[in-house]
Amino acid sequence: MPQLYPPSANALVRWSLIGGGVFVVLLVTALTFLARTSNNRVGVPVAQPVDFPHNTHVVDLGLDCRYCHSTVETSNTASVPSTETCMTCHSQIRTNTPQLEPVFASWEADVPIAWNRVHDLPDYTYFDHSVHVNNGVGCSSCHGRVDQMRTAFKTEAMTMGWCLECHRDPATQLRPRSEVFNMEYSHPSRPEVQRAIGEQLIAAYHIDTDRLIQCSTCHR
Amino acid sequence: MLDMPPMNPPQEDERRDFQRLREKLAGQQGPAYWRSLGELADTEEFREFVAKEFPRQAAPLENGLDRRDFLKLLGASMALAGLSACARPPLPHEKIVPYVRGPAEVVPGKPLFYATAVTYGGFAEGVLAESHQGRPTKLEGNPDHPASRGATGATTQAEVLALYDPDRSTTVMEGDQERTWDDFVAALGAAVGGLADGQGLAVLTENVTSPTLAAQLQQVLAAVPGASWYQWDPLHPDNEVAGARLAFGADVRPVYDLTRADVVVSLGADFLDRGPGRLAHARDFAQRRRALRADADMNRLYQLESSPSPTGVLADHRVPLRPSEIAAAAAVLAARLGVDAPAAEAPAGLSAALLDAMVADLQGAQGAAVVIAGAEQPPVVHALAAAMNAALGAVGTTVTYVANPAARPAVHVEEIAALTAAMRDGAVGALLVLGANPVYTAPADLGFADALARVPFSAHVGLYRDETALACTWHVPQTHFLETWGDARAYDGTVTITQPLILPFYGGKSHHEVLAALLGDPAATAYDVVRGYWQGRVSGDFEAFWRESVYRGVVAGTAEPPAAVTPAGSVAGPLPQGSDLEVVLTHDHGVLDGRLANNGWMQELPRPISKLTWDNAALMAPRTAERLNVGTGDVVTLTVDGRSVDVPVLVQPGQADGAVTVALGYGRTAGGSVANGVGVDAYPLLATATGHTAPVQVATTGRRYRLVTTQEHHALEGTGEARHIVRSGTLAQFRAEPEHPTFAHPVAHHSEDLYPDFVYEGYKWGMVIDQTVCTGCSACVVACQAENNVPIVGKEQVWRNREMHWLRVDSYYGGSIDDPRFYAQPMPCQHCEKAPCEPVCPVGATVHDSEGLNVMVYNRCVGTRYCSNNCPYKVRRFNYLQYAELDTSATPLSLANNPDVTVRSRGVMEKCTYCTQRISRARIEAANEDRRIRDLEVVTACQAACPTQAIVFGDLNLEGSAVNEMKASPINYTLLDDLQTFPRTSYLAKVTNPNPALEGSA
Repeated sequence: MPQLYPPSANALVRWSLIGGGVFVVLLVTALTFLARTSNNRVGVPVAQPVDFPHNTHVVDLGLDCRYCHSTVETSNTASVPSTETCMTCHSQIRTNTPQLEPVFASWEADVPIAWNRVHDLPDYTYFDHSVHVNNGVGCSSCHGRVDQMRTAFKTEAMTMGWCLECHRDPATQLRPRSEVFNMEYSHPSRPEVQRAIGEQLIAAYHIDTDRLIQCSTCHR
Repeated sequence: MLDMPPMNPPQEDERRDFQRLREKLAGQQGPAYWRSLGELADTEEFREFVAKEFPRQAAPLENGLDRRDFLKLLGASMALAGLSACARPPLPHEKIVPYVRGPAEVVPGKPLFYATAVTYGGFAEGVLAESHQGRPTKLEGNPDHPASRGATGATTQAEVLALYDPDRSTTVMEGDQERTWDDFVAALGAAVGGLADGQGLAVLTENVTSPTLAAQLQQVLAAVPGASWYQWDPLHPDNEVAGARLAFGADVRPVYDLTRADVVVSLGADFLDRGPGRLAHARDFAQRRRALRADADMNRLYQLESSPSPTGVLADHRVPLRPSEIAAAAAVLAARLGVDAPAAEAPAGLSAALLDAMVADLQGAQGAAVVIAGAEQPPVVHALAAAMNAALGAVGTTVTYVANPAARPAVHVEEIAALTAAMRDGAVGALLVLGANPVYTAPADLGFADALARVPFSAHVGLYRDETALACTWHVPQTHFLETWGDARAYDGTVTITQPLILPFYGGKSHHEVLAALLGDPAATAYDVVRGYWQGRVSGDFEAFWRESVYRGVVAGTAEPPAAVTPAGSVAGPLPQGSDLEVVLTHDHGVLDGRLANNGWMQELPRPISKLTWDNAALMAPRTAERLNVGTGDVVTLTVDGRSVDVPVLVQPGQADGAVTVALGYGRTAGGSVANGVGVDAYPLLATATGHTAPVQVATTGRRYRLVTTQEHHALEGTGEARHIVRSGTLAQFRAEPEHPTFAHPVAHHSEDLYPDFVYEGYKWGMVIDQTVCTGCSACVVACQAENNVPIVGKEQVWRNREMHWLRVDSYYGGSIDDPRFYAQPMPCQHCEKAPCEPVCPVGATVHDSEGLNVMVYNRCVGTRYCSNNCPYKVRRFNYLQYAELDTSATPLSLANNPDVTVRSRGVMEKCTYCTQRISRARIEAANEDRRIRDLEVVTACQAACPTQAIVFGDLNLEGSAVNEMKASPINYTLLDDLQTFPRTSYLAKVTNPNPALEGSA
């Protein structure tokens, strides 16, 4: 009877053992990389059809956030301004700047500008701007120092875990309503001071902290 | 997709032994409630429905897996499971497209509501259309409108789907050739200008109440020599007009004030669910019917009808009678009330005792009584009703007569007959059909299609390229009512100027624009025409008038004043000839005369009481079925006047013996991809001479057809046993003892719990459903569907018990199978405080929130279906297939979606959320204003739609809230309370008010 396994079979077994090991390591590495939820454009400026410099408008010109994002206090969306809003100033100012060509074209042709969304939550998450800014969550808490950005980018991963950090313990993040639109506001450096302020604000704004961690608060 | 198995040939056990069922019921003690004939017969099928949440699963794989393949698949699934934890690679950036010039009133993210009106049979019902940045998504009732009073019917809710229907016609067509509007205008001008001698222009419209359209039609009649105007609208209450002419010699119509009626006698009238004024009737009737406390002052309803109707559900005394018997009963009753009525014999179904009691009750009410005649009843019954109301002194209190708001009141069947005759004689050189679909709906004996073929130029203006469009030489797409300006009058004459919510989505022209083109102004817009009409007719500040009228949705002071008419003292005229078998042709509850046949929401809506979906059927009483030896699913041939149709039988308890009811509006051939081929076209049975009721011959065919009803779906365990799912009793019992054993069935609860109860400190949401006023009309079901993006699944999936309605209306019967009482019980999620679905979810996808909502977290759900398996109320729905369209660009129907509600994907469980999106909106608004949510600030979609206000929702922690007031009633109870689930949804037992003189016989 001939041998069932030729001698070369030993090598095959050895190589498959090694190959199998390598495969598992590669797989784990690949999955780990893919599973990194921060791999979602944090810190990557998003090119826009109009090269709009936030820093110029906010710092140099002193525009309030709400001049353009006008519905942030009343609606779920802060809203991206209409072309008309741009044209309130740019019909008079810098009317020859090539950067503004798309704005003028939109205005002339009555065709809206299609901006690229920077902060995109999943469709089953219903975020409401108004209730946050009216209850002491500052713009910069989620969006970072937009006043210093030339082209806007995300500063936070905006995962559910990140949302819950604050929803579970809002005292660490709240600021007085008067400071909500202040991009330069900095929270007290000592955590216990911030906590004391935060708890005062929770009481003053009647924030139902139980409610913040309910599924139905954000998901419908 | 799997097909339904074919129906078995008729077997003896399928033919239900009705006699056995009768004996079974007769042997029972106390009030007997039952859900279906199948339950009574204790069929295998029904037992499966009770035992399983989702019976009729997909069959196991046909060639079963062997062990090796199974392990392979198992291993692969395990290995790939880790991938699901990975983030998706970044997608291309979503776009944000702001306005170029932002309209001042639009706040992105906040819907706006605009007042407009929907019309059925020409009569307007006011609506407030919800618009999300220019996209209409939902219709609510307009509280300021007399025909809406804030409520909507089921069909109204479905209109928003009709707006986006991709089967709507989009281009002007000449035969099979695409043309432009300009081509049509030229061709119309040439056709009208070049009419041969002796030939005229005929314009066919539906019932016109629009003052503007009427004025335009008058201009056409004046401008075009030999022009004539005809009306044909299958929804128009023809017999009411003919009856008024008979009684008053004038074109008046009754307007009822049911808040003042102690006693109501309905002669075949489904006045709470059909016809002009139905929503107002329902609101007023319910106001006099609610019985929260024992001292309630309830009205009393005697309902004579052939087929169970939502109105019949609320009847205190319901008498099933064939149509001819209703006429005879009307004559007998009229004679007893002192009216000179045609001689008739009381039908066998109407006992002398009941007749005596009715007469005494009507006369004893001293004017606070009213007799209402049904739309299908012959004119003589309407005349008799008018005479009876006069004899009872009801005129001026419960009923007033006002000039018919129609621009030219007419008996439409006479008009369509005259038009057909003119066409056949060659007297019509050009025909313009505005909206109507006579090739499909005209009485069959006329031969409308043949006559139409003799007209050299015919143009059809309609939403669809339907049967009439194909038979005409030209077709012009019509605008939906949400796309155009217009005006229309309500049942009492009140005018609404209707405004568009959106530019014509598929192109299209309104009737106003087509007539303007005919009058030589093809560039006129509907806005110009309507505004121009009103401009000449208002004194004072026109802009103020226009703004206020459009904003309110009603033109102030346009309701018709009471007309000074008295009915003729005697009513002559022959009563209809009776027969052992009589057919009743009604327009369908969902698809109406066929105009909503391409609307999936309407096709899939289980019809009130019968719960039939995706079909029409010949409804027959058990006794009739016994006599004809047929059962549900047997196809029979119905013959009226030599014209026949084959219809499957549905045995319907409560149907009058000998009455065969068939719904019109089915069997479309050019209705659209949803409509075509669904059900049977019953229009061949409609004839000018006989109308909607006629003697009929029934013959068996030996064929079988699968009808799908949801009556046995989601059956709660223990309907007929002592779990008291339905509770009802009489007002007398309620007065005698609020804790009367017919209402109160206390169960022993555990005195101690292992854990302390959760304390709800903030809001605590709860709902009460009042069965005393629920008619089962199912407006709530469609409202829920529209609000919550509930998909439709199709007939085959409904048969598999997979309909997705979050809210269903369970229909129960009480008493005998031949003359049962009806109970309608809406079933949303009960939101149990101790919900059985929650602890069994392995992934925590269904959990309780701090306000007591049982929430469903779609993004956690993995589809084990353990929750639905453990839900005793069977309110959970599972997406077996991808029912909803996830790609928003794939179909325009996605535009009807509510942006505040997630569109669910395959493999996910879903259910009623108490409209959590509406709660969220109110909570955020309240938080922004730093206050609590006010009572009735959150109105659920079902509650908003309900014509009788049977559903009340609110905060149980708010003292004095409407929902608390209802819950304090001694007849408030929760379903299956022996399970100690502590539902937040509770029910008020159904209280009826039968005549004490008939005690024992009722």
